[in-house]
Amino acid sequence: MIPSPTTTRSRPLSPNVQIYRPQLTSVLSILNRITGIFLSACAVVLVVWLVAAACGPQAYAPVQAAIASWIGRIVLFGATFAFFLHLCGGIRHLVWDTVHGFELRSIYISGWSVVGASVVLTVAAWVAGALMGG
Amino acid sequence: MRTPLARAIGLGSAKEGVGAWWAERVSAVALVPLTLWLAASIVAHTGSDYATFIVWLRTPLTAILMILLLIALFHHTALGLQVVIEDYVHSGAKFAAVIAVRLGCCAFAIAGVVATLRIAFSG
Repeated sequence: MIPSPTTTRSRPLSPNVQIYRPQLTSVLSILNRITGIFLSACAVVLVVWLVAAACGPQAYAPVQAAIASWIGRIVLFGATFAFFLHLCGGIRHLVWDTVHGFELRSIYISGWSVVGASVVLTVAAWVAGALMGG
Repeated sequence: MRTPLARAIGLGSAKEGVGAWWAERVSAVALVPLTLWLAASIVAHTGSDYATFIVWLRTPLTAILMILLLIALFHHTALGLQVVIEDYVHSGAKFAAVIAVRLGCCAFAIAGVVATLRIAFSG
C-alpha cells in the first residue's frame, strides 16, 4: 500500500539516544537529573524520619530498623553516592554559570573530577560511619 | 487585524524564567554547606540511639540549620522537578504534575519544620 502524503508518520527524534555514543558530558548531564529525582525521594524520607522522631520512640523504632536493614543500607549507600554526584555536579554547574570552564579540555577535567570526588567522598563517608560504630 | 506573528514580535520571552533560574542557583548555594552539615551529622550519629539523636536535634543550632535545610531543599526540589516535568510531559497532565509537585514540596517542607520544632520545644 502506498502511503498517502497526508499520512502522519512518527519520525525519529534527534538526538536518538539509542544510537548515540555515550560521552562523559552527556552521561553526567543525565546523571545529574536522575540523581536529582532520586534525591527528591530521599528528601521525603528525611521528613518521614523527622516526623517519626517527633512522634516518639515507638514510631521512630520501625523507621530506624528499616534504615538499618540490608535493603535500607544499600539504598542509603546509593543515596550517598547520588548526593555527592549531584553536589559536585551542581558546583560544576555553578562554575559554568560564571562563564568559566567551557573549553573542551576543562569540561573533561571537571567532569572526571566530579566522578572522582563523588567516589572518594562516598567511600570516606561510609568508612567514617563504620568507625562511628555503624 | 494582526497576524499571530505580529502579535508575538517584540514581546520576547515570558520574562519569568530568570526568577526560577536564579532561585534554583541561590537555593543550590545554600544547600552546599547545609547538606554537607547534614551528611556529617548523620555519619557522626551512626549507631546512636533515639535519646542521643533527640538530644542532638533539640539544640538550637541543630534545629535552626535543619529548618533552613528543609526550606532550601524543598524549594530546590520543587524547581528541579518542575523543569523535569516541563521537559518530558507535554499533555494537559503537565499542569497537574507541576501543581502536585509544588503542593507536595510545600507540604513536606512544613511537615519537616513542624516535626523539628516539636522536637526542639519538647520538654
